[in-house]
Amino acid sequence: MSSKTVNQKAWFLVAPVFLMVAFNALIPLMTVVNYSVQETFGDNVFTWAGVQWFQNVLHSERFHSALGRNILFSAIVLAIEIPLGLGIALTMPRKGPWVSVCLVLMSLPLLIPWNVVGSMWNIMALPDIGLLGKAINSLGINYNYTRQPYAAWFTIVLMDIWHWTSLVVLLCYAGLVSIPDAYYQAAKVDGAKRWAVFRYIQLPKLKHVLTIAVLLRFMDSFMIYTEAQVMTGGGPGNSTTFLSLDLVKTAIGQFDLGPAAAFSLIYFIIILSVSWLFYTLMMKDEDN
Amino acid sequence: MAKISIENLRHSYLPFPNPEMDEDYVLKKLSIDWQDGGAYALLGPSGCGKTTLLNIISGLVVPSDGTIKFDGRDVTRASPEERNIAQVFQFPVIYDTMTVYDNLAFPLRNRGVPESEIDPRVKEIAEMLDLTATLRNRASGLTADGKQKISLGRGLVRSDVSAIMFDEPLTVIDPHLKWQLRSKLKELHLRTKRTMIYVTHDQTEALTFADQVVLMNNGEIVQQGTPVELFEKPHHTFVGHFIGSPGMNILPCEVKGGKAFFAGQEVATQNAKLYKGSHAKLEIGVRPEFVTVAKKGIEAEVVKVADAGRFRIVETKAANSSIKLLLPEDVSVPSGKVKLAFDASHTQIYADDWLVGQDR
Repeated sequence: MSSKTVNQKAWFLVAPVFLMVAFNALIPLMTVVNYSVQETFGDNVFTWAGVQWFQNVLHSERFHSALGRNILFSAIVLAIEIPLGLGIALTMPRKGPWVSVCLVLMSLPLLIPWNVVGSMWNIMALPDIGLLGKAINSLGINYNYTRQPYAAWFTIVLMDIWHWTSLVVLLCYAGLVSIPDAYYQAAKVDGAKRWAVFRYIQLPKLKHVLTIAVLLRFMDSFMIYTEAQVMTGGGPGNSTTFLSLDLVKTAIGQFDLGPAAAFSLIYFIIILSVSWLFYTLMMKDEDN
Repeated sequence: MAKISIENLRHSYLPFPNPEMDEDYVLKKLSIDWQDGGAYALLGPSGCGKTTLLNIISGLVVPSDGTIKFDGRDVTRASPEERNIAQVFQFPVIYDTMTVYDNLAFPLRNRGVPESEIDPRVKEIAEMLDLTATLRNRASGLTADGKQKISLGRGLVRSDVSAIMFDEPLTVIDPHLKWQLRSKLKELHLRTKRTMIYVTHDQTEALTFADQVVLMNNGEIVQQGTPVELFEKPHHTFVGHFIGSPGMNILPCEVKGGKAFFAGQEVATQNAKLYKGSHAKLEIGVRPEFVTVAKKGIEAEVVKVADAGRFRIVETKAANSSIKLLLPEDVSVPSGKVKLAFDASHTQIYADDWLVGQDR
């Protein structure tokens, strides 16, 4: 057993970090907690409401359907972007002048501000003047995302894939290039076919970056706001009203601070616990 | 099983090497034969091209010029699989998600060998490498030497390989296990009689493992021979330096009328009378093992004494040249002025770094 040196002065060194975390995370969060258990009136009058708002939100039809939409959206987006991103990363060149070309092309969608992405796709998908909308309609398919929920979903999912698959590609590509050459050489010597190389070398070595990719994509897609807000504004009807859109309506549209605060806390806990679940499941057999 | 012949091999990693420029090539015109069933060591300093040569033999790298033949069959452009080569790399390569058993069975399964044949083979190899107890464990949980044993096992599991290549396989192994694995390799060679080529920059590893050592420097083969030949009769001053600890003493000299002179004194050598011509650079080479303190001989002054366990290394200075000699532990260490004698049968003349009287 080694004895550690105890020096309480070390707390002074970490104090600035604590202070910063307090200001940018703890204090705002506690404000939300504060709102979530009180009824707010004008002139800064607050009365205790207990768990009333939490009960209201958890029992509200509106919350349930928005949550359902979020889960469906994240599931679709993950199911498409992860395999697609991995596939693209596998086909990207490992050496040579094309590497930088591919990397720049892949990074482009990530560099565009989110509301611009929304506006771009909004215009592009317009059935009468948009390139995409017009093209789909000229194929004989009746497509109008401002009126048909399916078309709206299709467009938002497509937009998200265009916007975010690159992130998965870049993560996977970084993981792939970090695999030492000796593994590929050994596989050649052992007579492994392409599929075996993927299954037994690339996939296991990519486990960690894939975990990160799944987590990032889940968190981001579950919090989708800007693109959907710019593109459809939650419509047609409520068909693309995700949790975040609903939350903004509650908080800013209706100015129901209490319910909105309870709503955000529940939203936050859902993201936190699902992320934790993903992480635990994907890292499960790390130890044995 | 195969005899491997390499003819006029050159290799450059540049996309467009200039054939006239030797500097463009990491391997410069090599020709060498590896006999079937031999244990070879490919020894040389880092960056001398030994790994490149190994990868060319195994088919991972296609050479710029020259041919490689396995039993007379040209395989210069054949894949490692077609050549039926096994290779163990510097860092252990294991398939993380598989058990030790599946790792060992992998090369056989890829070749479509039926499970009924795989099972006894894997068990036999596991037995040889002391891996039987861990066969059902995940390979990723093993220690570095355990993992390297798996890499080794994957090379041995196929009974029909042409040769097994080792690329500095003991780099990541702890010193005490290094010794164990090295004797294991030697034992495996005696048992399986496969051609083994072992790349290393460690002379102890090379000299203990191999029957034949191929010493490379700067993209060329400097000398090939048994460990004893390399020690007693270095063909090049580089061999003298590189092999042995401390390396050979190299002293400037003159040769007149078949006799060698160092600092005006005659030194008896075994090849001075073979010397003809007039080279700018003439040197005497004698290993510290063959230098003794004597009643008469070359005058020198003791500069430094270092204890190296069973013997002591005495460094002396004579006419601005350093001469090292080894003294057994029980002999008293001289100090101040001494006289040194060289064993004539192990003292050679080198002209422009190459041994006089030796064809190359």
